[in-house]
Amino acid sequence: MKYVDEFRDPAKARALIGEINAQVARIETCKSRPLAIMEVCGGHTHAIFKYGIEQMLPDAVELVHGPGCPVCVLPMGRVDDCVALAETPGVIFTTFGDAMRVPGSKKSLMQAKADGADIRMVYSPLDALAIARSNPDKEVIFFGLGFETTMPSTALTILQAEAEGIRNFSLFCNHITIIPTMEAICSSPDLKLDGFLGPGHVSMVIGEAPYRFIAERYKRPLVISGFEPLDVLHSIAMVLKQIAEGRAEIENQYSRIVPKNGNEQAQAAISRVFELREFFEWRGLGSIDHSGVRIRDAYAHYDAERKFAVPALKIADPAACQCGDVLKGLLKPQDCKVFGRACTPETPLGALMVSSEGACAAYYQYGDLDREPVGEDA
Amino acid sequence: MSEALDKRTSPAPRPRGKLNVPKVTLAHGGGGKAMRDLVDDVFVRAFDNPLLATLEDQARFRLADLSAQGDRLAMTTDSYVVDPLFFPGGDIGKLAVCGTVNDLAVGGAVPLYLSCSVIIEEGIEVETLRRIARSMAEAAAEANVMIVTGDTKVVHHGQCDKIFINTSGVGVIREGIDLGAGNARPGDIVLVNGVLGDHGATILKSRGDLALDAAIESDCAPLGDLISTLLAAAPGTRFIRDATRGGVASVLNEIAIASDTGIEIDETATPIREEVKGVCEILGLDPMYLANEGKIVCIVPEDQSANALAALRAHPYGREACAIGRVTSQRRGRVVMNTVLGGKRIVDMLVGEQLPRIC
Repeated sequence: MKYVDEFRDPAKARALIGEINAQVARIETCKSRPLAIMEVCGGHTHAIFKYGIEQMLPDAVELVHGPGCPVCVLPMGRVDDCVALAETPGVIFTTFGDAMRVPGSKKSLMQAKADGADIRMVYSPLDALAIARSNPDKEVIFFGLGFETTMPSTALTILQAEAEGIRNFSLFCNHITIIPTMEAICSSPDLKLDGFLGPGHVSMVIGEAPYRFIAERYKRPLVISGFEPLDVLHSIAMVLKQIAEGRAEIENQYSRIVPKNGNEQAQAAISRVFELREFFEWRGLGSIDHSGVRIRDAYAHYDAERKFAVPALKIADPAACQCGDVLKGLLKPQDCKVFGRACTPETPLGALMVSSEGACAAYYQYGDLDREPVGEDA
Repeated sequence: MSEALDKRTSPAPRPRGKLNVPKVTLAHGGGGKAMRDLVDDVFVRAFDNPLLATLEDQARFRLADLSAQGDRLAMTTDSYVVDPLFFPGGDIGKLAVCGTVNDLAVGGAVPLYLSCSVIIEEGIEVETLRRIARSMAEAAAEANVMIVTGDTKVVHHGQCDKIFINTSGVGVIREGIDLGAGNARPGDIVLVNGVLGDHGATILKSRGDLALDAAIESDCAPLGDLISTLLAAAPGTRFIRDATRGGVASVLNEIAIASDTGIEIDETATPIREEVKGVCEILGLDPMYLANEGKIVCIVPEDQSANALAALRAHPYGREACAIGRVTSQRRGRVVMNTVLGGKRIVDMLVGEQLPRIC
């Protein structure tokens, strides 16, 4: 048996479902309304749908799909900025693949590429730096995107560029940080969540401490979870056990990867290169204080926002789009007015329909088993 | 196939052109002696068959020879633009023959003749062309088809990427065989002839963007003989399709929609190599959508499925064949997977290209 298969063992899954049912039986409140547990991270959303975990859970447990998909929360105006940068003469624009299809107000990066912009998919910011190295007559911009998971590699790439004296490389920084957004969700007056599955790979960098306020101030349990199906089931059982025992603590199910204090070297690289922005705009959630980072002045020459004219227009989402309510867990994807009708993976209106880690795309592709097939929709 | 040749069109021996330069230039597309040298020395020499050697503008074959083998003609075409040109387990030439042969064979046709049209970017090494032509000839010999007509064009640097190949194919469909995506019936069994996703994973690995070191190679293979064996063992076979771009998932969706049935597959029964699973884990891809170039999905009636499976497994290209699911009357138009964990999920059509995720 291979390492990863151990985390997909059906017999162990059944045992965990038994444990989940046993915990549910101990919780009185869930007899009147289901317990809502938010998986913050898009990677968990994907695993939940890919393995059919939702249907295995008792009715008393409902999963709410959180905002932890960096592609999904990218506002339309930022996509327009990407397109404008990519269409600047002499620029090679580099990006992770996920971001290619996210709709801007006029076009996506994929459409801009078809229109002639030099846009290249990369797997790492170091690949973008390599492109800069071999194209000294071009300006190479890397579209930096993601939470603390991808921030260290971007930071180290900037430090590498500085060490080599490469000057035709810059970063369009859209890195965001999950903690202020979780705080915004917790402090919302219509909070309906009973507990959280914490993001595994973000936690690998930041450690356990930043989540403490969720337990201390908002009295909700959070379990940092791995991404294999047994990890997710185990973490759900741990959250339920805390609820049943009246505890609210930060626990770490993913201790094989996540050290208690995170990765201190990665944290050091992040804080050397980046500083918090006063606020950052999240698609569907609006502006959240201190939720994004930008490049520090010492590395300003690597900041595409300072090196190039970026339009930086604020573009409202399409009126029919209810991504915000879905992101906050107030609405299930299939209850959105445009889900599967005006908004499909082929022609996404909202970003949640674009990335495979977006809740709507996951629902559409894997989700509702009894939904009408494509094309036969009313 | 010598009977296929009319005496009047037999080739008079003609001195073949020789190509004595290392690289192709625009002159080789000019229609003059340089072009004839390229065609003769690279393609005619490799493909070597009497139908081609006449170098008429068209290949000619006798209707009687065709109608002796079946009652309908099948025709198909495909273009090949794979990057890189050479990869573990194959190259663009082998792919260009196998892909078109398989497109004929899955319709129940005996593949007979191919065309070969190449668009060449100036500056390509002649030796590269020779390797590709030799590889096409080997694949054609294995598939028992002849490349009977062709064309070459040379374009400016940057107007195509090294070489693009188009092949069209003609075959004859045996009497009584009528395969179609709409033929699936509830209760039928879904078979595949081996492990899935090898080609797609190999190409991803070979592009070299990622320092992946996995011992996998393309499954690229001509499947005419395998399919003949299958049809002999299970004459009631409803449908066969090669699971190329879009993978097995896309083929199954087409069947579910065309036949207005549901299809249920078992994740644990679906054969995928550990190495391919590993590449998919790293890149965030689903092997059910990865391209194959030597794998077919077959829908067979339940009472013939054991024979079909045994026939596939007895063939070199079907040793790892297995049943991965069945056709049902539930959730019509949908493909549902029973996950390894015991849950269920929809396996939908792929939208656009499978893009790697970032985290």
